[in-house]
Amino acid sequence: MQDLAFLFSYLLQGLGVTIGVTIIALSFGFVLGIGMALLRVYGNKLASTLAAIYSTVIRALPVVLVIFILYFGISRIVDLSPFLSGAFALGFASTAYQSEIFRGAILSVPQGQMIAARALGMSRWKSIRYIILPQAIRIAIPAWSNEAAIVLKDSSLVYVIGVPEMLRRAEYVSARTLEPFIAFGVAALIYFILTFTTNRGLDYLERRYKLQM
Amino acid sequence: MSDQALLRIEDLHKAYHTHEILKGITLDVQEKEVVVIIGPSGTGKSTMLRCINLLTRPDQGHIWLEEIEITAPHVNIDKIRQRIGMVFQDFNLFNHLTALQNVTIGMAKVLKMSAKEAHEKGMWELERVGLVDRADHYPAQLSGGQKQRVAIARALGMNPHVMLFDEPTSALDPELIGEVLTVMQKLAEEGMTMLVVSHEMGFAREVSDRIVFMENGVIVEQGPPKQLFYQPKFERTREFLWKISELYGKDEEESSE
Repeated sequence: MQDLAFLFSYLLQGLGVTIGVTIIALSFGFVLGIGMALLRVYGNKLASTLAAIYSTVIRALPVVLVIFILYFGISRIVDLSPFLSGAFALGFASTAYQSEIFRGAILSVPQGQMIAARALGMSRWKSIRYIILPQAIRIAIPAWSNEAAIVLKDSSLVYVIGVPEMLRRAEYVSARTLEPFIAFGVAALIYFILTFTTNRGLDYLERRYKLQM
Repeated sequence: MSDQALLRIEDLHKAYHTHEILKGITLDVQEKEVVVIIGPSGTGKSTMLRCINLLTRPDQGHIWLEEIEITAPHVNIDKIRQRIGMVFQDFNLFNHLTALQNVTIGMAKVLKMSAKEAHEKGMWELERVGLVDRADHYPAQLSGGQKQRVAIARALGMNPHVMLFDEPTSALDPELIGEVLTVMQKLAEEGMTMLVVSHEMGFAREVSDRIVFMENGVIVEQGPPKQLFYQPKFERTREFLWKISELYGKDEEESSE
């Protein structure tokens, strides 16, 4: 019983890393993903092609590889902690997936919305900012919720560059207590709770901001 | 050509690929004039309206709005469009905004009004179209007629100098057409300059100052409603007018009495 309490508290120390990596990666991917989606839909030929290439290449690579490349490649030039390096790597990967999500969402906003906004005298950027994006983001919530769950689980991958997140800690415990089922079982339980609450929260947002057309 | 014309269109041409839609349209609209444009579908009526607020770039020709050539290079398109209200066939209300927000967003983001000012003016515009009680409804909660009235209020909110209507009642159920036409008639009586593409012959006859008959990218004939209905110069005009009146005009004839 005492062991279990110890196990929980020990794993929970890794929770901060898990949540931190997830939030950084998702926010990073959100901002850049929307930016890339806008380039894809509204950008000139060059910008749109570059964004498309980025998305295709990144999505073709295992996320672990992106983490390695960023950590061993870029962190030689810039001094990045393994934690930040891992979080950014996941962010770069998530950017590619989120750009696809938002591109689809932007394209599914009816064309008449942009025309009506321009007819009111809004500039292209204002039309995007006040009319297109608010609708696209609402449309994107279900797919985004899925991506959030994936990133949350992928955050465990930063252990490959030595960041002691939850899964890594479960491994330590398992090696020391020789009871892998309990150690990994508890880790699984914590992941489940995290993912479940996140998706529940996003479901609420989806219902709250549902667009009726 | 008269110098006081609010809107002057001269030799307007537009082609999509090799298909020529507008083959040289010349038209003047005076201040406070209500002009109804009719013609078979695919004759370029909507394209002409879209050229006037530069949603479509004409290939050739010139348009002046109050002595400013809006087709000249380097004009500020956004500034021009603020003075031209546009109402679409399928409403195009902003789906994520309430009726009131649909009306105020242009005031707030384009005219830079304060939130309070925009709210007051927004409510006043909704009052004009009789929809104050629907201010907090989203487009999905409004009937087609109500949506179109909100769209009219949205355009009016920008204080346009001319209003363009692109088949404003074509997407409406028959019983909802009347409420939109009533709002448009009120606007006409208030002295709004209006250019209306429509097949509502009742409206054309009762409210318009002039009917313009377009076919195959050119203006065939134009004149006051009485003249076009009863003494058209071309047989084709008479044919079209009466055919359309039979199809669409019955209800309004009865209701306008």
